[in-house]
Amino acid sequence: MKRQTLLSASLAALAGLAVADALPAQASPRAFVSNERDHTMSVVDMESLKVLQTVKTGRRPRGITASPDGKLIYVCASDDNRVEVYDAATLKLVKTLRSGPDPELFVLHPSGNPLYIANEDDNMVTVVNVENNDLIAEIPVGVEPEGMGISPDGKYMVNTSETTNMAHVVDTATNEIIENILVDSRPRIAEFSKDGKQLWVSSEVGGTVSVIDPATWKIVKKISFKIPGVNNDAIQPVGVRITKDGSKAFIALGPANRVAVVNTKTLEVEKYLLVGQRVWQLGFTPDEKFLVSTNGNSNDVSIIDVASEKVTKSVPVGRAPWGVVIVP
Amino acid sequence: MSLPPGGFRLSLPGYLVCMAGICWREGLRFLNQRGRFLSALVRPLVWLFIFAAGFRSVLGVSIIPPYETYVLYEVYVTPGLVAMIQLFNGLQSSLSMVYDREVGAMRILLVSPYPRWFLLVSKLLAGILVSVLQVYTFLAVAWFWEVELPPVGYVAVLPALLLSGFMLGAMGLVMSSVFRQMENFASVMNFVIFPMFFASSALYPLWRVQESSLVLWWICTLNPFTYAVELIRFALYGQFEPFAALVVALCALVFLAAAILAYDPSAGMMARRGGPEDAR
Repeated sequence: MKRQTLLSASLAALAGLAVADALPAQASPRAFVSNERDHTMSVVDMESLKVLQTVKTGRRPRGITASPDGKLIYVCASDDNRVEVYDAATLKLVKTLRSGPDPELFVLHPSGNPLYIANEDDNMVTVVNVENNDLIAEIPVGVEPEGMGISPDGKYMVNTSETTNMAHVVDTATNEIIENILVDSRPRIAEFSKDGKQLWVSSEVGGTVSVIDPATWKIVKKISFKIPGVNNDAIQPVGVRITKDGSKAFIALGPANRVAVVNTKTLEVEKYLLVGQRVWQLGFTPDEKFLVSTNGNSNDVSIIDVASEKVTKSVPVGRAPWGVVIVP
Repeated sequence: MSLPPGGFRLSLPGYLVCMAGICWREGLRFLNQRGRFLSALVRPLVWLFIFAAGFRSVLGVSIIPPYETYVLYEVYVTPGLVAMIQLFNGLQSSLSMVYDREVGAMRILLVSPYPRWFLLVSKLLAGILVSVLQVYTFLAVAWFWEVELPPVGYVAVLPALLLSGFMLGAMGLVMSSVFRQMENFASVMNFVIFPMFFASSALYPLWRVQESSLVLWWICTLNPFTYAVELIRFALYGQFEPFAALVVALCALVFLAAAILAYDPSAGMMARRGGPEDAR
């Protein structure tokens, strides 16, 4: 049985190679979007802005990320309690990884291994070796862990627990918590700036984003939001992405249907961009020309032109798009 | 071509001079009437700043062409407000003919040797040019209100404005032959402008209307103003809507024919009143 799987996997890989060869040398980047309620993953061509293919995944796919070389796509199949690994070129399932119960979101070490997985129902962060599927560690954290961030040098991993309202800083050398930072209610996402000098944590119910200095692990500023014509309760910050040059941060504001553009120097909101309903996660194209937002209630993704800070198009995908990752 | 009593020939340059003269007069009148200029600008801006601001998050549920993503309500109503400017202007400049008739300026115009249809078309063109001026002023102010359209839209909208202005102006000419006095402008507002404006796609997309009332949807679909709005809406995004263009062009020709007929002293309504026979 095992041998058969191996055989079919290698055949699939070969077929994939053949397909990859047939494709033009410089294919455009593709966005992989996990559709939570459809149990699928939509592949969107970032040039034509059309859905190329929809791939069946495990149940309730949420967190999605790519290997550093962009060749593998990792998906949290939350209701199947596993992480699925897909070949980005062939879109075939390559392998599955252990994840612990109810994996919601994860982060890959900058080197590409290991994978840190938040187990929403189990108050744990599971550390898994993506090469051999070995369990490296289980780190007990707060209640309902979700957000996962890792410093660019890979030294610190940060997990947020939605009910404990904390960001837990873990030393990746020892897999021990070294610091707990109290933030506003229901922290969702932790994201380091590319220079590692800022850590941003979004609080969904608190309606703020805490900017933390990793040198002291103290909050530098809490960014709050105000949108004319939108009820404050609807402003629920979730996804956070910071440009490589560190000049701008984009924050998805959930049911406010807006993405906020924040100046990272002044930490002031400069603009709100209208996207689809219940905007959840964000992802840059590799060249950072475009940012893609997943809009859970309107079943589409919005494409944002990063330089002009304008929404150019919204593309329908599956039901309840949750996460997005874009590979070259 | 017959020689008029004066003995000079109606040449093409003569026609052009006549048309330019009428346009110039209309332009001067418009610029001198600061109140009119201001009200032409303030009316749509009130809708944009106050009405649309209150509803800014109402839409964003569905994406319909020519939009490619979600838009704020301000952005959605802008083409409707542009068409509203033209609707008001079309009726106002035609009603100025009622005024001309009352004060006698019309007589001076009508003793011109040029054919009456030509004078009407010139008058129409003058009105359209004034409305285009108003529209661009409005779009400029709206730009500062973050209603930013793609640059190509500002150019592409010009032919659409000429066509829709032609239709609405011709409609105004027909109206002005029906209404005798300036006081009737209030009834024009009630019976023409408001129903046309509200029962169209200017304020809400037609699929929304269809959801709430099928009858109303039919009315909106049969309303030529809807097509003027859609023609302008697509043009503002650099796109051409052939069906709307066709409807607007056909309506424009029908209205123009009706206006020429109405203003023809031998056949139309002008003969029956205000003419020399009445004075006798």
